[in-house]
Amino acid sequence: MAAEIGKVLNSSAARSEVLRRIRAANGGTAEGSQARQQWGEIQRDYRRSADLSRDQILDLLEDRLHDYDATVVRSKEAGIAATVAKLLAERERRKIVIPDGMNPAWLPEGFSFVVDTGLSSTELDTFEGVMTASTCAIALTGSILLQNVLGQGRRAISLIPDYHLCLVRVEDVFETVPEAFAHIDPSLTLPTTFFAGPSATADIEMTRIKGVHGPRFLDILLVE
Amino acid sequence: MHRQSEVVLQVSLFITCYNDTLFPETGKAVVKVLERLGHSVDFPAGQTCCGQMHWNTGYQADALPLVSRFVEQFRHAEAVVVPSSSCVAMIRDHYPKMAEEIGDRRLITEVAELLPRVYEFSEFLTKRLGLKDVGAYYPHRVTYHASCHGLRNLGLGDGPLTLLRSVKGIDLVEIENMEQCCGFGGTFAVKNADVSSAMLAEKITAVLNTGAEACTACDNSCLMHIQGALHRQRTGVNTVHLAEILANSEKEA
Amino acid sequence: MSSAGSVLDPKTSPAFPIAARVTLEDTQLRKNVRHATEVIQNKRARVVGEMPDWQQLRESGSQIRQHTMANLDYYLEEFERNCTKAGGQVHWARDGEEAKRIVTSLVKASGSSEVIKIKSMTTEEIHLNLTLEAAQVHTYETDLAELIIQLGQDQPSHIVVPALHKNRQQIREIFQREMNLPELGEKPQDLADAARSFLREKFLRVKTAVSGANFLIAESGGVCIVESEGNGRMCLTLPETLITIAGIDKVLPRFQDLEVMLQLVPRSATGERMNPYNSIWTGIHPGDGPRNFHVVLMDNARSEVLADQEGRQTLNCIRCGACQNACPVYRQTGGHAYGSVYAGPIGAILTPQLQQLHHAQTLPYASSLCGACYEVCPVKINIPEVLIHLRNKVVKQKGALTAEALAMKTAGAIFRSERRFRAAQRLGRFAETPLVRRDGSGEGWIGWLPGLLGGWTQVRDLREMPKETFREWWEKRGNHGR
Repeated sequence: MAAEIGKVLNSSAARSEVLRRIRAANGGTAEGSQARQQWGEIQRDYRRSADLSRDQILDLLEDRLHDYDATVVRSKEAGIAATVAKLLAERERRKIVIPDGMNPAWLPEGFSFVVDTGLSSTELDTFEGVMTASTCAIALTGSILLQNVLGQGRRAISLIPDYHLCLVRVEDVFETVPEAFAHIDPSLTLPTTFFAGPSATADIEMTRIKGVHGPRFLDILLVE
Repeated sequence: MHRQSEVVLQVSLFITCYNDTLFPETGKAVVKVLERLGHSVDFPAGQTCCGQMHWNTGYQADALPLVSRFVEQFRHAEAVVVPSSSCVAMIRDHYPKMAEEIGDRRLITEVAELLPRVYEFSEFLTKRLGLKDVGAYYPHRVTYHASCHGLRNLGLGDGPLTLLRSVKGIDLVEIENMEQCCGFGGTFAVKNADVSSAMLAEKITAVLNTGAEACTACDNSCLMHIQGALHRQRTGVNTVHLAEILANSEKEA
Repeated sequence: MSSAGSVLDPKTSPAFPIAARVTLEDTQLRKNVRHATEVIQNKRARVVGEMPDWQQLRESGSQIRQHTMANLDYYLEEFERNCTKAGGQVHWARDGEEAKRIVTSLVKASGSSEVIKIKSMTTEEIHLNLTLEAAQVHTYETDLAELIIQLGQDQPSHIVVPALHKNRQQIREIFQREMNLPELGEKPQDLADAARSFLREKFLRVKTAVSGANFLIAESGGVCIVESEGNGRMCLTLPETLITIAGIDKVLPRFQDLEVMLQLVPRSATGERMNPYNSIWTGIHPGDGPRNFHVVLMDNARSEVLADQEGRQTLNCIRCGACQNACPVYRQTGGHAYGSVYAGPIGAILTPQLQQLHHAQTLPYASSLCGACYEVCPVKINIPEVLIHLRNKVVKQKGALTAEALAMKTAGAIFRSERRFRAAQRLGRFAETPLVRRDGSGEGWIGWLPGLLGGWTQVRDLREMPKETFREWWEKRGNHGR
């Protein structure tokens, strides 16, 4: 069985053949430095920088998030813990999973914050919510980006719990998608998740309905 | 009020094979409008067809000879006017590369030089002559269907509607889904007759919903198709080419 | 009506005109398709209208894809190198059969007899599920639409919204039956909640997942999945083994190119500024996601498409489905009539080419060439041009002796000569005479035409030819006559 699998899985013959076909189709072998140069010559006249003021950008982000049925609250750094407490109380959620590297000053008393130490999926499923920071946000699309770094954690923790409380620093909010990509380009190999609102589908008569998989409830805390 | 054009042009008419045979009234209307505006019209007698039917159905080889024929007929024209946007799209979109395929360098040059002088009828009036009002009178309720090639290939935009809005006495009503294809599509109408009919059903429903007496467009191909069903169902609603509306003036009312 | 139980296989599907005739009779289907495509089109128009740089994005999208195809071998090798460096295992497959053998072996090697799947048109194209089931591997589709299709033993009819041909009542019936929920409510929210519970236990339990890929990033060896429901994230993150199968046309040169694609896709596909979730991962990330990650790069005739100078732009497709939503033909027939998992305008050009024109020869003709698809294509594939090009290929294949070819040859000869053209006009007037009937206003109309032309008179009358052609009138009036 293993040998058979091994035989099937040795795809060097297929590899050679596919590459040969591509080269025949293109009339030759592509050359790396030429490809890179041509890539650099691709026309990019789309918007790549912000047009709006900082305030307008933040208002736009809030607007978009409201469109997606996410709650948005603003707070100064010093008031984070209190704001978190308020949000969690309103949502009636106590048992919250957090990633490694979460700033303890952000965690209010009276709730159960558990650091993810590689919890199993079933264990994660017992939490009422997750709280993370974020890498950045895009105002035009209402998107927030998470990467596997301290304070944001691995992908599963912001996926399995039904509620996500996400902190976004205002200085990490970009107006356009290209700005966000420029920001994360240095860390392009990290596991990255974009989310725009809670999970949704439009598969039933094209009505966007919330909450298939992934957190159905989303609170965003904008840190000023 | 309409006016005589400041500049007088010698316009060569490319009537198109199907207009020549089935819709001569459209050609007559074009002549009438252009002469009323003070231009002269000629008709190169050797003209036949632009090759669209062959080209679009996959018979490219049979279409190629028609490129040089067209150039031969019209190479000296000051302006070529065509009352059919799909034919102009054929010429504009495909003749350059067809000439390349034929490989005749002189033909390639001649096509490049001729093309800027080839106009669909409504765009000749609005873009070449810069006109809105051509002195037309048509006291009927009319709705306009935007033929696909005119809309998307030629970018006629608001031109035809601008001309229609300036027609005296007209009651212009907007059709639902104006930009949706009527379902003619050339040989598609017979090769995929069922789908063509389904698309047509939506279009004539939209026409009938406007309460219009007539449906107009820049292409008799669409209109032939729409009229075919309007007549079959004895709706009493007609189709009329844009040129024929514009040709109608108060003098003969 | 659905091809329940059978797969959409271009090798065996009926010709488009015949398949369309059947689907045109399905009133519910036509209503559902009309509603769905109208909704997405309106949403698309709104969010595209917001973008002052939409045309610039399209141009960049088109250039990025063209550039990629022109250097495809380089970028695939770069992807393989970087993905492998990051702990992924890259496999190559010449065709669908080979890809299925590889995936089946990998699933077996993972020790699981079940897989959870993210919607992947590529896996539909090769009918992967059938092969896995035959190898005693149970597949669970986790995308709501694919779940509906799977439980309803149906076939996808749209690239992005595969169950668009179903309305809520039909979906409810399927769920009631297959999920054993006799009390299931009818609101879309009820149906989504049912799917959530049904699938959640699978997400938390099943050890092996199979996915497609929206984009492969050569620069990093990364993979990007674009989705809405979160089932993608579940499948990509929770299992131990992830097997991603991707057509070789899925690769992008650099990470930065995603900034263009992730703006074009959501607005074009579902009329949203951004879809709910995008996931990008690179190989293996210890402690985060699967321990085993495989990518299967599949050709399956894409290199053939690449070899066709005029057809190769088909490969630029980023699978947004906007063309399907805009297509007036698709609007009437729905997707199944195209006999392939790729339907609508993109299906009409991709399917015949993937079949190397041995099959699906009627698909290039399943279009009125209206151009609505080209207008909305985010990467500017000139679909009408490719359709015409493929029609030429089909004609050449069929040869010069078909009835149609002979008729076209004759017409061609007629058009090449003024004398013959005028003779044909006279002949037409003569030949139609027995077919002409006068209507109430005395006008002559034809209500029946024989043979190939009979399709016209099925629902349309044809006005009799005028007594005088334009040129005859022109000649009568003379050079100076007015």
